[in-house]
Amino acid sequence: MNIHAAADIPTSPADYSAIAPELAMLGTGLVLLLMIALKRFKNDSWYAAIAAFGTLFSAGWAIALWNAVESGEVGDDHVRFAFSGMVVADGFGAFLSVLICLAVLLGILLSDVYLRHENAGKAEYYILLLFSAAGMQFMVISNNLVMMFISLELLSVCLYILSAWHRDRSDSQEAGLKYLLLGAFSSAFLLYGIAFLYGATGTTNLVGFEQYFAENVLFSSGMVLLGMVLVVVGLCFKVAAVPFHMWAPDVYQGAPMPVVAFMAAGAKVAGFAGLWRVLEVGLSAYELDWQPLLWAIAAITMLVGSVLAIVQTDVKRMMAYSSIAHAGFILTGLVAANEEGVRGALFYLVAYTIMVMGAFAVISLVARRGEQDTSLEDYRGLSRREPLLAGILAFLLFAMAGIPGTSGFVAKFAVFGGLAGAERWVLIVVGTLASVLSAFFYLRLVVYMFMEGLPLEAKTPTLSRLPVPGVSAVVLAVTVFFTLQLGVLPEGLLDIAGRATLFAG
Amino acid sequence: MSMFDIGNSPDYTAYLALSVILFMIGTMGFLLRKNTIVMFMCVELMLNAVNLALVAFGRELGHAGGQIFVFFVLVVAAAEVMVGLAILVAIYRRRLRVSADDLSNLSG
Repeated sequence: MNIHAAADIPTSPADYSAIAPELAMLGTGLVLLLMIALKRFKNDSWYAAIAAFGTLFSAGWAIALWNAVESGEVGDDHVRFAFSGMVVADGFGAFLSVLICLAVLLGILLSDVYLRHENAGKAEYYILLLFSAAGMQFMVISNNLVMMFISLELLSVCLYILSAWHRDRSDSQEAGLKYLLLGAFSSAFLLYGIAFLYGATGTTNLVGFEQYFAENVLFSSGMVLLGMVLVVVGLCFKVAAVPFHMWAPDVYQGAPMPVVAFMAAGAKVAGFAGLWRVLEVGLSAYELDWQPLLWAIAAITMLVGSVLAIVQTDVKRMMAYSSIAHAGFILTGLVAANEEGVRGALFYLVAYTIMVMGAFAVISLVARRGEQDTSLEDYRGLSRREPLLAGILAFLLFAMAGIPGTSGFVAKFAVFGGLAGAERWVLIVVGTLASVLSAFFYLRLVVYMFMEGLPLEAKTPTLSRLPVPGVSAVVLAVTVFFTLQLGVLPEGLLDIAGRATLFAG
Repeated sequence: MSMFDIGNSPDYTAYLALSVILFMIGTMGFLLRKNTIVMFMCVELMLNAVNLALVAFGRELGHAGGQIFVFFVLVVAAAEVMVGLAILVAIYRRRLRVSADDLSNLSG
């Protein structure tokens, strides 16, 4: 054995600029960890401020990376692989990285209000939030199934703890445990799928898969198909697609509200990116096999989510089923498997992140301390008490239902445009049907708020005005503005999403 | 050649078959048992089935990738169980029960 053998292994210098947004996110988390070891602030909002600052820093790096991708500085075809092909610097990843930063930023603002209100604040909360976000960011740039698995676990384990964060509510702990048990169960499926794909091709690199299938003719692709199905099952669990959605309603109902909003947005982004990278990059040779599978999942997810939301009497559970339905709409962008569909799905993810953050900001304010008032009855006559809050929630619900003039309409239109391009007419009909059904339960909540009278007189003493902290007002203003702006002038973001789709590895 | 002979040419399909059986036992156990600690053990069994498959594939393919992946899986499984047991202890302190049937506050 040659003592210089180690030097013969081809290595490339570590390319830190490709993972700069993630490093900023992790670094801020580590700084916070160090800070609480040295000295604790009396006021937890300081930790929120530092976390928000770190997130902005991370977003800055992600935008710089986006600019580098767009100008072609990163490498050939606007794509560069780094760390021996573990991660990829491309437009798709940079776009979603910025989106995750937005979700974290709004999540931090919501959390600050919530934690002070519930007296459950601790710096560790923000550390977990940042680490979870770093996991999401690593997931959207991972080009290797090992990398993808570890980022998925990083984001999931942090979310399990955050779901169980509220020590005084046993619902929160129950939600955390259920999420963890089912999440670990689904991870085992994902891993088994990865093992089979590795066994069939001898690599875990997604571009390596593509090359392997291009160069080799497999006599039997049973192992690849088995691996593919298991990986799809594992990832669909994370985005809460039917029939792997059963954890979502319980977790959404029990977990603290800012965590739910962050999870609904962030986990969907990460899971969608994972599915896109595995299926459209790694297993593009098996497109004819995974398309029917994804078609069926998308169709039943849209329908089941919309139908089951109708029978819910708790607003948080209703939002859980609504989030399931939205996951179905986002998946249709993958079924189309063309640039327009993926562009639509990226736009949808942005629009959904903004809408869900705003909606949970209002639900959190209405619920008061201890998350008591979350049933539909508590919204009866809200417009008399709080006309502005009720109006904002109604507008965001209209957007989720997909009423023209809001971002939700443009998002649905964009993914259906991709489906039309792929001539998937049946799925368009199913999707339209599902959005009509979903309009029913969104509008029902609006009717409760505006058309119904106040509850019985006996309850009125508790119905004082709801205090709206300044931070919540900022979140509401931002979400309403962008929901309207993306609904009226969507071209800018659609254009950027389109370029993100083009510059993808 | 016996499948227990791990000398020169072990038949990797035997290991794969064992892995599938272990995975099935784990899945069934998870779905059928009600005690949350047993459910955790079943997930561990599933992950170990994956590890066995990874090692078998790695050996068959003749490179170390599969075996290195096993270390990552072990670490992640340990982290998951740590968090899970911490939440279980918190629930146990409050309710003195950790069966899945008792975790039924959330439903509707």
